[in-house]
Amino acid sequence: MSTPLVEAVETIEAPDIPDRPRRGWRSPSFVVGAALLLAILALALVSLVWSPYGLDHTDPTARLAGPSGQHWAGTDRLGRDQFTQLMLGARTAVWIGLASVAVAFAIGVPLGLLAAAAGRFVENAVVGVIDIVIAFPTLLLAMLLVTVYGASTGVAISAIGIGVSAEVARLTRISASRVFTEDYVLAARTCGTGPLMILARHVLPNIWHTLLVQATLAFGIAVIAEASLSYLGLGTPPPAPSWGRMLQEAQSTVSVAPWNVLLPGLAVAVTVVGVNLLGDGLREILDPQLRQQRQAADR
Amino acid sequence: MLSYLIRRVAWLIGSLFVAGSAVFFLLRVLPGDPAVTLLAVGSSPDQIDAIRHQLGTDRPVLAQYGHWLGDLVTGNLGDSLFTQMPVLDQIAGRLPVTVPLALSAFVLSIVVAVPIGVFAAVRRRGLLGVAVSTLAQLGIALPIFWIGIVVVWLVAVQWRALPPGGFPRTGWQDPAAAVQSLVLPVATLTIAQGSVLVRYVRSATLDVLSQEYVRTARSLGYSLPRALWRHGPRNGAATVVQILGILLASSLLGTVVIESVFALPGLGSLLLTSVKARDLPIVQGTVFLMTATVLVVGLVVDIVQRLVDPRLGART
Amino acid sequence: MTVLETTGLTITLDGQPLVRDVSFGLAARDRVGLIGESGSGKSLTALALLGLLPPGMRTSGRILIDGQDHLGAPDRQWRRVRGRTVSIVFQEPLTALDPLMPVGRQIAGPLRLHQGLNRSDAERRAIEWCDRVHLPDPARLVRALPHELSGGQRQRVALAMALACRPRVLIADEPTTALDVTVQAQILTLLDELIEETGVGLLFISHDLPVVAGLARHLLVMRNGRLVESGLVDDVLRRPRSDYARQLVASAARVTRLARPNVRGEDR
Repeated sequence: MSTPLVEAVETIEAPDIPDRPRRGWRSPSFVVGAALLLAILALALVSLVWSPYGLDHTDPTARLAGPSGQHWAGTDRLGRDQFTQLMLGARTAVWIGLASVAVAFAIGVPLGLLAAAAGRFVENAVVGVIDIVIAFPTLLLAMLLVTVYGASTGVAISAIGIGVSAEVARLTRISASRVFTEDYVLAARTCGTGPLMILARHVLPNIWHTLLVQATLAFGIAVIAEASLSYLGLGTPPPAPSWGRMLQEAQSTVSVAPWNVLLPGLAVAVTVVGVNLLGDGLREILDPQLRQQRQAADR
Repeated sequence: MLSYLIRRVAWLIGSLFVAGSAVFFLLRVLPGDPAVTLLAVGSSPDQIDAIRHQLGTDRPVLAQYGHWLGDLVTGNLGDSLFTQMPVLDQIAGRLPVTVPLALSAFVLSIVVAVPIGVFAAVRRRGLLGVAVSTLAQLGIALPIFWIGIVVVWLVAVQWRALPPGGFPRTGWQDPAAAVQSLVLPVATLTIAQGSVLVRYVRSATLDVLSQEYVRTARSLGYSLPRALWRHGPRNGAATVVQILGILLASSLLGTVVIESVFALPGLGSLLLTSVKARDLPIVQGTVFLMTATVLVVGLVVDIVQRLVDPRLGART
Repeated sequence: MTVLETTGLTITLDGQPLVRDVSFGLAARDRVGLIGESGSGKSLTALALLGLLPPGMRTSGRILIDGQDHLGAPDRQWRRVRGRTVSIVFQEPLTALDPLMPVGRQIAGPLRLHQGLNRSDAERRAIEWCDRVHLPDPARLVRALPHELSGGQRQRVALAMALACRPRVLIADEPTTALDVTVQAQILTLLDELIEETGVGLLFISHDLPVVAGLARHLLVMRNGRLVESGLVDDVLRRPRSDYARQLVASAARVTRLARPNVRGEDR
């Protein structure tokens, strides 16, 4: 929740009845979303072994050059190759995105399960904490942490991860509580099955697909948050490239080199549209009920 | 209702207390000495001690904590480390930029996005409906500062229609100039927030459309738009109020980024410069106030929801 | 005179037929029961008769309302007959009513829409209708929200809404299935009374043969999307011609015997 945009990614309602995937992998959302994400991922992976120029390479004779055969995406005011920056920026975005989602799930899922499985008192306490963390935006959390520790990749990951974890915990709790009230769980409990066993046998198998969809959306949130922090100068410090900082630098030269603004913004948008489509597609594939609801909406 | 109100206000006070404590502990108790990070490498021990004294970190943690809470209750947020001015005064000085910016973007995005969202839901199979949804999706996916940069390039650089950023030194004494300098920031924030709102309103409308009472209305001879008009507002209100709460909070937060794009001297840029300068009192004061605002908006949202949907009260 | 007539009604979804070649007609004062198991296509038939099928479903055949074919007609044409010539009551009154609108206004709505009454006249008529469906204290009740009423009271409201504009045919789609047995009996009595009073033709849809038999004079039996039997209730009960109708009658007879062991004394 680092910018207002970030709040946009809709939360998903947990399905009541899980079912086998019905539609296979033919969902167009899924295919397009996966393709967009794979493109970004490919940029990041290829940058590990090859990029048009080195990270530190500057070309003083070609400052603020437009796109050409030599510099596919032009250069910035120091003569750095923008396509190289973009590829290395993809690496930063993917890395911080994945790490933040991992942090968010490592905190959020156990917390949500605890709230759902434990008694009313614990549940209320956890819900209270979640509400407050949700009210405490990621951007502000990041600002607090940066004030104390200075800007770094670790601070960005922690802030984004903690910020997103509240939403993960909320969703986990709601989905898990729903399973806990199902008749078959009550039946298992009356047979003396312990809470851990119920979690492993009934709850997790019924909520994992909801969490998977949430993980894709959280990745999108994390990428936007990372770009915002870098844009504000609070994210990954130089020299590690970042789409957000590329934009911040491009802004100062926008009147002479407007093309430099286009690509990093597009990269963020492709990533976020990609995860949203992928999430939609996964939801369709994993949740047959959703389709029925949509059909009901057509009446 | 009254007992709910009391419970809810008690909850708010509790949340404010927790938020205040969180701000404090994040800044003071986590490993790392703010006084050391504040100063340049190689500062003398005396300098460090002076800063520690100024920050109050030379006292026991619990005493500091009590002091901070006491100050919060009395509305005293301390003094800036650098300008020595009271934090509250500095914040107040920035509000004439931030409040109009956030509020007008908030109002404008409602006016623009609600009809568009309803349209996108009713015509979701039509070409225009799909186009609107797609644009909204794109507006959500693009970082707000990117939208801002493009708006600046287009309107300020290409057309030279409006200033690219900044705010008149004299503030609102020159209303025309002040308004001019807020047009682009407000437009940017509206595009970003409006895209979010379009999606929410669209899905809230779809939700109403899928309800059986809409089918009942149609079975009685209402057209789909009239059925929606008959049942939509009252049934969508609770959801919309909640969305508006989120929107108001995110408008406020959005100003942090927007003010940076447009170089506006508002609350957000105060916060950002203080973070970079490590001016702890200002950071913790501003963060606390912003969080408190979000919590208060949440309180108002819950109460209004109760008022528009009496079933909520009946259940508990 | 026949108000509503359908011939060769077929409904398909993705090329798969859900309802096949259904034909029947309804005049004022007719009482027709349409019976079939769930999934037999009876509710889809009901929705098709009002032009309210979900998009994606294709229909063929004819739906004549006052002699005019409405199948495939634009919504504008349908709106002229919905609520005014043909009305419907759905199974679940809690979701069929707007949970946040006072029930009086819900009844008054169609009166304002079709008869152009102003708000106070329409509300007065709504109170009259509440009285006609025997809701207690109508003047106060019209201000209540659906969740403040009992299930039976809600279905009475839905009936008042459907009948407010004096339609000539009422389709009742399992109107008592969601109710307790005692309440169910009260609603059936009310339906009977309203038909006598208003002369509305009734198409009563149910899966419950005894319920239908008590109210209808003519019986249609549906299975797998087809009409398998049609005839007077007495004829169908005594001499069912199709296998399915025979099974229905036999199982209903068994249930009825079990339900009244002491009256007939046949269970021992």
